[in-house]
Amino acid sequence: MRIFCTFFLIALFCFVRSALTQEIVLGLSKNEIGITAFFDGSEILVFGAIKATDELISNEPLGVAVTIASPLLPVMVRRKEKRFGIWVNVDAVEIDLAPNFYAVATTAAFSQVVDPVSDLRHSISMERMIRSVGAPMTVDDPDAFAEALIRIRQDQGLYKALPGAVTLQDNTLFSTSVTLPANLVEGAYTARIFLTQDGNVIAQKKTTIDVRKVGIERWLYNLAHQHPATYGLLSLAIAIFAGWSAAAVFRVIRA
Amino acid sequence: MGLCGPMYIYLPIAEVSVNVFILIGLGGLVGVLSGMFGVGGGFLMTPLLFFIGIPPAVAVATEANQIVASSFSGVLAHVKRRTVDFKMGGVLLIGGLIGAGIGVIIFNYLKGLGQVDLLVKLCYVLFLGIIGSLMFIESLRALGNAKRVGNSKPRHKRTWIHALPFKMRFRVSGLCISAIPPVLVGILVGILAAIMGVGGGFIMVPAMIYLLGMPTKVVVGTSLFQIIFVTAFTTMLHATTNYTVDMVLAVLLLVGGVIGAQFGTMIGAKLKAEQLRILLAIMVLVVCAKLAFDLIVEPSEIFNLSVARGH
Repeated sequence: MRIFCTFFLIALFCFVRSALTQEIVLGLSKNEIGITAFFDGSEILVFGAIKATDELISNEPLGVAVTIASPLLPVMVRRKEKRFGIWVNVDAVEIDLAPNFYAVATTAAFSQVVDPVSDLRHSISMERMIRSVGAPMTVDDPDAFAEALIRIRQDQGLYKALPGAVTLQDNTLFSTSVTLPANLVEGAYTARIFLTQDGNVIAQKKTTIDVRKVGIERWLYNLAHQHPATYGLLSLAIAIFAGWSAAAVFRVIRA
Repeated sequence: MGLCGPMYIYLPIAEVSVNVFILIGLGGLVGVLSGMFGVGGGFLMTPLLFFIGIPPAVAVATEANQIVASSFSGVLAHVKRRTVDFKMGGVLLIGGLIGAGIGVIIFNYLKGLGQVDLLVKLCYVLFLGIIGSLMFIESLRALGNAKRVGNSKPRHKRTWIHALPFKMRFRVSGLCISAIPPVLVGILVGILAAIMGVGGGFIMVPAMIYLLGMPTKVVVGTSLFQIIFVTAFTTMLHATTNYTVDMVLAVLLLVGGVIGAQFGTMIGAKLKAEQLRILLAIMVLVVCAKLAFDLIVEPSEIFNLSVARGH
């Protein structure tokens, strides 16, 4: 029993050691993104270095995967079917958690950088990032709904697979840039960097990017939610004023 | 990026970024129609907003706010030309407010069933189809009569409407009828307006002409007058319960809208009533056909996403 315990401790120590032998030093071009009135999307540069405190265990080349994810939210996916001659929403599957924006950039093809076991453990690919606890029994092919979610968001430029977008120099310096679209939602975005060797994750690092509305955008959003009656009356006042001034201006023009 | 390319603006409530000029252009186009026909234009604008990627809840609520502006702008021109029957408008408004309240209750009930989009679209197809066809046939006949005889048939036929109690005199419309039909028209329009996210002018205008027998000249101004208040009420309901009125979106739409409405009123004043009616009928039928087509033809993407609520 004692021998077993000792063996276990040694194994654990080795595991921790090996996990710590590679360390990621990370930098971002910006830690926060302000959504202003003329927000047109944003480009974010993720760069860093791999600090090797030890010699690499094997000579297999290293890989880097960088992911950027918006906060996770539940999404309802509905499928239409033809009923009585028209297309109607029939089946619905709720995806419990899915990011509104997700980008995954890798040094090479995704399957070469991350193996399925690591992907399962760390939820790196889009497919793994989306969590669905269970579809209703009435739906015969629940996977189609998760695929549809990915397909629709890819078409909207919200989900991006970027194989080969990460450059890695001398197994030390890496960098990639990810374009964030204009239709971002607010929240704490998570950037994760995985260092892999032979498909296994040997080091990882995580940081957050704050995406929030600023200036008049922030003010209007807060007013709408905190003082809705004032906001509604203000909207009406603007509408009435705009209507009146247009009429007044045209009266002058025509006179 | 930069000033040379298309200018995009981020909408704080809708949380999407859209081209400024597209929004102003849409507002202008719908404004012209609003001024010409006395319709709020919501039946056209709301689907157009869906199409450019505005979330439906925001589109419906913001459109109500925008209709307030274009209707107000339009009604001022009509007030000046004395083509608003305020008394009739007030009676229609009483019905309209009751109807809008009922409509919101029905809307929320349907939302709970999860089929609200389909029912809204079916409402559009049904009402646009019926009204468009009726108006088209009627105005073709009127146009034919005007050419041959040079004299339209008398408007004041005695029907069941004249046998109802609570008679009121509507001097501007030259009518002496019961208050019940206008209140009922107001309620019906209010319900449909709240469910379909429109001002309801495209239903009210024909109802005023064919059901109440009002002269076409005062129908447009009176309809605009009533729409202002019903849509203002709807705006407040949406702003305080769903927080879905996007002020930035509304301002951009109404910049185009109020200017468009002025041009529309000018064009409308130059056209004959029958020509106006036939144009409105054609437009209503085109929108109806497009919506029906979309329901029947297999969509390119049979899946759709929406924000999941609850838990």
